[in-house]
Amino acid sequence: MNLDFSIVWQYWPFLYHGALLTLQMTFICVICGFVLGVLLSLIKISKCTPLVWFGRFYTSIFRGTPLLVQLCIVHFGLPQLLGVTFTATQSGILTFSLNSAAYISEIFRGGIQAIDKGQYEAAMSLGVGYKDMMKDIILPQAVRHILPSLVNEAVALLKETSILSYVGAVELLRAADQITVMTYRFFEPYLVIAVIYYIFVMILSAFASRLERWVNRSDLV
Amino acid sequence: MISFDKIHKSFGKLEVLKGIDLQIPKGQVVTLIGPSGSGKSTILRCINGLEMPTSGTVTVDGVNITDPKADIQKVRRNIGMVFQHFNLFPHMTVMENMIYAPTHVAKVSKEEAQAKAMKLLKLVGLTEKAEAYPNKLSGGQKQRIAIARALAMEPQIMLFDEPTSALDPEMVKEVLEVIKGLAHTGITMALVTHEMGFAREVSDRICFIDDGQILEDTTPDQFFRQPATDRAKAFLEKVL
Repeated sequence: MNLDFSIVWQYWPFLYHGALLTLQMTFICVICGFVLGVLLSLIKISKCTPLVWFGRFYTSIFRGTPLLVQLCIVHFGLPQLLGVTFTATQSGILTFSLNSAAYISEIFRGGIQAIDKGQYEAAMSLGVGYKDMMKDIILPQAVRHILPSLVNEAVALLKETSILSYVGAVELLRAADQITVMTYRFFEPYLVIAVIYYIFVMILSAFASRLERWVNRSDLV
Repeated sequence: MISFDKIHKSFGKLEVLKGIDLQIPKGQVVTLIGPSGSGKSTILRCINGLEMPTSGTVTVDGVNITDPKADIQKVRRNIGMVFQHFNLFPHMTVMENMIYAPTHVAKVSKEEAQAKAMKLLKLVGLTEKAEAYPNKLSGGQKQRIAIARALAMEPQIMLFDEPTSALDPEMVKEVLEVIKGLAHTGITMALVTHEMGFAREVSDRICFIDDGQILEDTTPDQFFRQPATDRAKAFLEKVL
């Protein structure tokens, strides 16, 4: 055992920039995936049959194929088809957001359908319109129930950004790859980024449990 | 004025309303009585369009709400509804529950809505609960808040769908007192209840419903003293 972490430390700017990109990608894709996912879930619970079919089809495609394959189709395939090229981060944002939307829409659909029918009836009987009803009465309650699942999705996304290294984005994993090439050391760089991922996930979880307490404040008062 | 003209309602193959004709003039207090599954609640829910009849027309204050083009939301602002299971919004405080519709639907200012809400909380005797969340309230308190929330929209019509059926017995009275206080103040009221003594005391009129039809439409005195049909007699013998 001749482990020497100081070698990794010499290359800390790689890790720093890699970590930054990992966080940026996670942040952007969680937001985009969330917004798209909510819209998609509303489509799925709508009464318009073609829209419902579209929603189901969309979800089945993104759940039914590997994320890495989706990324390859977007990054390498679409340029051939459309003549536009994406940078690795653009492809990543597009793929992860669309993919995450599929999962989040399923989480939301379950959460919305778990809300008691009486909540809709109370809102309707007060003359509240569909948009306000969903925004202020149904979705806030749904979020409370599904928050743990949403956090899971965010954690999964954070870790999945590592496959962006496959298309050349220098996020954490790719940064570690570069260090291994320059130093011929493998264990230390990969262990260090594993620890960094782990810390990120722990921070996210801690943040989530505070958020959970906040959204459930009505049960504590 | 609420008017039902030949209302039929089916859920799938099951026909729950079989030709209801009913007029409720402004300010009247009408109680619908009948066995479970007779269609009482469905009648009530047709008044504010929570259920749409399969055929026939419902007219509320001159608006045909069974017309798909009717602005049902606007009509609903004028119709308060109180549910068996209260249906308060659990993520909002009592005050937020009460001012939500006035501020978002009637577009009243927040200050005005809060002032009005406080008056109504006083009316139902729960001013000290303004900042509480619903899950900290007893069933009776929840229902009184639900009534106050409906009143905050200043409705011309109030619908009560078994407002005391989900309550512990000792809380029934406080809710009935509030409802009684509203009767004959100019608000048109339609109630579904199993509280026979209360129905007799508060109503101007009783409709006895069985199997999707109005079998009797009469005064409380007449109905409870001398029901005209055997069905009503049998029903009353069981519940009284």
